[in-house]
Amino acid sequence: MSILVSKDTKVICQGFTGSQGTFHSEQAIEYGTMMVGGVTPGKGGQTHLNLPVFNTVAEAFDKTDADASVIYVPAPFCKDSIFEAVDAGIKLIVCITEGIPTLDMLVAKEKCDRADVRLIGPNCPGVITPGECKIGIMPGHIHLPGKVGIVSRSGTLTYEAVKQTTDHGFGQSSCVGIGGDPIPGSNFIDILGMFEGDDQTQAIVMIGEIGGTAEEEAAAFIKANVTKPVVAYIAGVTAPPGKRMGHAGAIISGGKGTADEKFAALNDAGVKTVRSLADIGSGLSKISGWEGP
Amino acid sequence: MNLHEYQAKQLFAEYGLPVSKGIAVDIADEVVAATAKIGGDKWVVKAQVHAGGRGKAGGVKVVDSADEAKDFAEQWLGNNLVTYQTDSNGQPVSKIFIEACVDIAQELYLGAVVDRSTRRIVFMASVEGGVEIEEVAAETPEKILKAAIDPLTGAQPYQGRDLAFRLGLSGNQIKQFTHLFMGLAKLFTELDLSLLEINPLVVTAEGDIHCLDGKINIDGNALYRQPKLREMHDSSQEDEREAQATKWDLNYVALNGNIGCMVNGAGLAMGTMDIVQLCGGSPANFLDVGGGATKERVTEAFKIILSDENVAAVLVNIFGGIVRCDLIAEGVISAVEEVGVEVPVVVRLEGNSADVGREVLEKSGLNIIAANSLADAAEKVVVAAGDRA
Repeated sequence: MSILVSKDTKVICQGFTGSQGTFHSEQAIEYGTMMVGGVTPGKGGQTHLNLPVFNTVAEAFDKTDADASVIYVPAPFCKDSIFEAVDAGIKLIVCITEGIPTLDMLVAKEKCDRADVRLIGPNCPGVITPGECKIGIMPGHIHLPGKVGIVSRSGTLTYEAVKQTTDHGFGQSSCVGIGGDPIPGSNFIDILGMFEGDDQTQAIVMIGEIGGTAEEEAAAFIKANVTKPVVAYIAGVTAPPGKRMGHAGAIISGGKGTADEKFAALNDAGVKTVRSLADIGSGLSKISGWEGP
Repeated sequence: MNLHEYQAKQLFAEYGLPVSKGIAVDIADEVVAATAKIGGDKWVVKAQVHAGGRGKAGGVKVVDSADEAKDFAEQWLGNNLVTYQTDSNGQPVSKIFIEACVDIAQELYLGAVVDRSTRRIVFMASVEGGVEIEEVAAETPEKILKAAIDPLTGAQPYQGRDLAFRLGLSGNQIKQFTHLFMGLAKLFTELDLSLLEINPLVVTAEGDIHCLDGKINIDGNALYRQPKLREMHDSSQEDEREAQATKWDLNYVALNGNIGCMVNGAGLAMGTMDIVQLCGGSPANFLDVGGGATKERVTEAFKIILSDENVAAVLVNIFGGIVRCDLIAEGVISAVEEVGVEVPVVVRLEGNSADVGREVLEKSGLNIIAANSLADAAEKVVVAAGDRA
């Protein structure tokens, strides 16, 4: 098994006929993802990438029985797109878009929670189960089906971790980008819990960064609930306080959210932390008690 | 995005919230007319900068004559105010805010933030007003009263009443505080704030609730739908290079080191700075060149990085996911040629067609050092910058 998505996951795309939606849907289809259609209001009835286009998510869900929707629509319209997917009955929403207003996300997250919908992102690379299903913008070719679960707040840092776990021969069970925004649809704890319960996952890589307390909360969760080995890296030891480091959520404010605090909390929880992002793969190979490659 | 105090109070006034009569001036000659217009015989004059700690730095003064107010304006306008929250150069003062003076009976604190853990707008109130609220939170957390706003239904008056009673307010103050609370909640959501702080909120000698200070931060992601607030932006309060980078949609943050960094992705950009430091070097900046890493963006990024005179070497770290690394390599080469980069440039390319990309770099004949891995790149750039032999 894997988490969230597999070869049987039927996926639709919101913002299907736009440039991002088109490009990344093509890549997903090429990777083997079971794309079953897309939504662009006003283009219903057309065919795009040999798949049906629908005017509404409700119609797409009704005709395709989709399990998941990936959202590539521009930030000002994302709250509406998430609401539309939730109300249509989609149970897994992956939102790639960066730049959604925080107050929109407060409402969208609450809406998802009340409808028991799993939202991944926004401002994230998406979710992949190597060899089976790729939902998002990550390069498929660096992945290798395997046994390490990866969860991360950063896109390119996820790729680094993927590359290293591939090079070491571990491979990945699933990789989840939870995104760099202050209000993510899913947090570390949600995904760590899934990896803990997944047979295929034998070790976990967690990549955090400065800002907020999600890593500290994850550390407490790991201490109490996770039996599998965890390797963690936190970006931003050199980041100055009060400055937003690219991601909307990556800011040390009021002296809180520093990398050092997060490293300390994770160490305290028995997590193997690495100070250099080049050491993620070798960090995994140094842990005993799991099978290795 | 931050606002000045006078702008925050202007917004408070528009929402019908209790602020003093005040006027912001940008030349000293306007001060006397402003004091006359405000009336009374005592005023508070405040230098407007995006930083706290103004009072202790001499940027706030109570004056009892118009001439004294004018002297204060002449002293600060066109100069920089250095506080414990600024760097050693301070922040430029281009406006002085003149306000009617209020007699204070009690100082309170009222603030609101988007709380990331509970995913709610949370209001915080305390009887410990006028002091650093972070200290209160650390030392006596029980003195911070909280009210969390339901994202779907919004703030309710009972939450304001509850805070007011717990603050020990009474009589008409309960109504006044509830009105303030509801107004601030409306302002917070309608204007897409990320932080709001009134420190101190005071009870006047007459027993009325009154906003003596005002601090507002706005969610940068929401500025597209806040045109009025966008116009309030004061770019003089920002680092020049950071403002320039924003124009090109690049994320740049200036640091104190000598190794310029150009990276795709915010997390990787931070990770790159960290590994430079681990290898004994010192990063000069954070720069996320974005997913595309096209020639145009790389060229602009080089220009911004090299406008920092401290930069002795540049590390380019690109994880080419879907974009081919040989194309990125060509982009880096033409950018280096166009900008006329004189310092050594270490390039690490990883991902799609990385081998071809490295080959292209090595054949360029320019001062470009191709690295085999991230660790190798960090080692090489630290040596190239002369931080370590």
